[in-house]
Amino acid sequence: MPRTNPLLLPPRHYLNNGFGVRSWLLTRDHKRIALLYLVGVTLFFFIGGAFAVMIRLELATPAGELVTDDTYNKLFTLHGVMMVFFFLIPAIPAVLGNFLIPLMIGAKDLAFPKLNLASWYIYMIGATFTLYAVVTGGLDTGWTFYTPFSSAYSTTQVVPAAVGIFITGFSSILTGLNFIVTIHRMRAPGLTWFRLPLFVWSHYAASLIMVLGTPVVAITILMVAAERIFGFGLFDPNRGGDPVLFQHLFWFYSHPAVYIMILPAMGVISELVAAFCRKQVFGYTFVAFASLGIAVLGFLVWGHHMFVAGQSVYAALIFSILSFLVAIPSAIKVFNWTATMYKGSIAWETPMLYAIGFIGLFTIGGLTGLFLAAVGLDVHVTDTYFIVAHFHYIMVGGTIMGYLGGLHYWWPKISGRTYNELLAKVSAAIIFFGFNLTFFPQFIVGYLGMPRRYHAYPPEFQLLNVLSSAGASILGVGYLIPMIYLAWSLRYGRIVGSNPWGAVGLEWTTTSPPPTENFAETPVVTWDAYEYPTEVHGHVA
Amino acid sequence: MLPEAAEHHPALAHHFDNLAQQKEAATLGMWVFLVTEVLFFGGLFAAYSIYRGWYPDAFAAASHTLDITFGTVNTAVLITSSLTMALAVHSAQTGERRLLMLFLVATMILGAVFLGIKGVEYAHKFTEHHVPGATFHFEEEALSRHAQVFFSLYFVMTGLHALHMIIGLGIMLWMLWWAWRGTITSEYYSPVEISGLYWHFVDIVWIFLFPLLYLIGRHG
Repeated sequence: MPRTNPLLLPPRHYLNNGFGVRSWLLTRDHKRIALLYLVGVTLFFFIGGAFAVMIRLELATPAGELVTDDTYNKLFTLHGVMMVFFFLIPAIPAVLGNFLIPLMIGAKDLAFPKLNLASWYIYMIGATFTLYAVVTGGLDTGWTFYTPFSSAYSTTQVVPAAVGIFITGFSSILTGLNFIVTIHRMRAPGLTWFRLPLFVWSHYAASLIMVLGTPVVAITILMVAAERIFGFGLFDPNRGGDPVLFQHLFWFYSHPAVYIMILPAMGVISELVAAFCRKQVFGYTFVAFASLGIAVLGFLVWGHHMFVAGQSVYAALIFSILSFLVAIPSAIKVFNWTATMYKGSIAWETPMLYAIGFIGLFTIGGLTGLFLAAVGLDVHVTDTYFIVAHFHYIMVGGTIMGYLGGLHYWWPKISGRTYNELLAKVSAAIIFFGFNLTFFPQFIVGYLGMPRRYHAYPPEFQLLNVLSSAGASILGVGYLIPMIYLAWSLRYGRIVGSNPWGAVGLEWTTTSPPPTENFAETPVVTWDAYEYPTEVHGHVA
Repeated sequence: MLPEAAEHHPALAHHFDNLAQQKEAATLGMWVFLVTEVLFFGGLFAAYSIYRGWYPDAFAAASHTLDITFGTVNTAVLITSSLTMALAVHSAQTGERRLLMLFLVATMILGAVFLGIKGVEYAHKFTEHHVPGATFHFEEEALSRHAQVFFSLYFVMTGLHALHMIIGLGIMLWMLWWAWRGTITSEYYSPVEISGLYWHFVDIVWIFLFPLLYLIGRHG
């Protein structure tokens, strides 16, 4: 894309509208709040990643040499807690969704800007409690907080960690609430539901889960805390409670929580595939309804986490069938993305590499999910590395690929500048390779019977574990490089103008970076989403 | 900036086109919030249903130790507070500022009476050693462990409900201040209206809590 005349940043935009700390910490601009979240989730991603590094180091040798078993329990617990609650759940909605939903629907801001800022503070306060738990002794219950161990026996910092997660849950609820109201009430004139970008649809579906699921885990954690602090009898069998009830309530949220992570990523992929194939997404309506289908079905499958928890065979049967059903809307999405790419004019830009990576990894993660929906097979691999590999393919291979793809795609909109394309493509390849080398061996070692959550293992599993640890170090490098060149681009990146990808969508019609008010005047929409010209013009800039 | 500049009401936030849109957004926001509240309490109601199904005798015996008079009076107090709340919303709509303030104060007094009675009940439970934990003691030894589950649910459910009442009182105080300084007018009364939605919701939670906790096996 040679450019004849160098572009300038617009004279007035959201980043130069105030420079002091107060202008950021008291901002009500959804774009600035998105960047506050970007700082938060990046910090917690690398903290969670540090725990992963120690886990993989420990597992490089069969004997538990590096850390004690107690410490190892804390490492995988804190890795899970940090990554799930403080990175994966907020990452795409709170950063990209926050930044883009008002821009995509032609609104000046989210419906409740103060509430949006409050969500960020709630998130940071919750994170502070959890970090306090980390530095004052850690937590060893697993991120799942299973009772009665968490409520009666664990001697670690269960209460501050639980309080942190409880508080952070409200940030998620309020973000979801804000998105739902914004999408219902703030759309530009002419922007009907079926003209909305699929990114907005998938965030709407994810918001429904945030609003309906999160309060349930909040009350569950509160009950655990009441049992632990005051000695109430709610889940501890010694006090008349039922620990399996805890699992039901916990997974009622925590299974759908996976869809809070993956649905927004799917929304990103729909945008990327359309933009880089220069085509309307094949089967738009089906993809839109598949998001809602996943959100609804996602609430009905939690029992597949409890096939070995003493659930009745009939319940297991029903949960198994319902779990298989989730494959339908998921497959609709994968097939429609593939159909969109078919005979498309594919531009191999960095975001598209992430999109293709997502489709591949999500497919592997999804297909191995079918193994786990089958009761007999699930019993065989329960609590093995097979499970670990499966959910990392969905949550890391899916969500992080979507997140990074989206970040690279909208980075010129966020910052007004672009990054080093070559470095970006190389690191996308490194991440894809490192990811597969880390997690594919875990399918095998898990299938061979290596249990999760142990710091030592039989020597015959060493080769696969060494491969996995080697992959993790490559993956770590792959994650560090984008952080460096994206930060570098903020100051030195080439200025790109309002629409560097030649994409359609309201967010590309305003300047990069956008003004605080988003649009000089409210757009009036008379076209469908992804109306690319049928004749291919190549990559216009 | 806006084409509807003529309609630029002082309460209109910059990102809305007009007050009607702002009101619709606020109302929908409160309804969505109440849905999350239903699920928040829903976890407790689910736990209650399961344990009551398993331990019907212990639940009945434990329920009988609650003071039905206090519970009934409190139910009446709370329903009356919903009436005064509804009248407050009506006064706000018609722009009667003094009546609005009067009804808000009445709602707050009734809410405070409810909390006071609840406090007395809690104090009784403390002296009877019915608070779960190390000092818990139940008269019927055989049912003690399961009665403790009942009282655990009782305290978590009514405690959370009381916390919602306290937050509601704070909201009423805020609305009272806005009414006093004249922010609430017949053009802009949606804050009172959605505060009312919240108050009625908290009231309805009690309408479920009262029979489930106080009236087990009271018939016949």
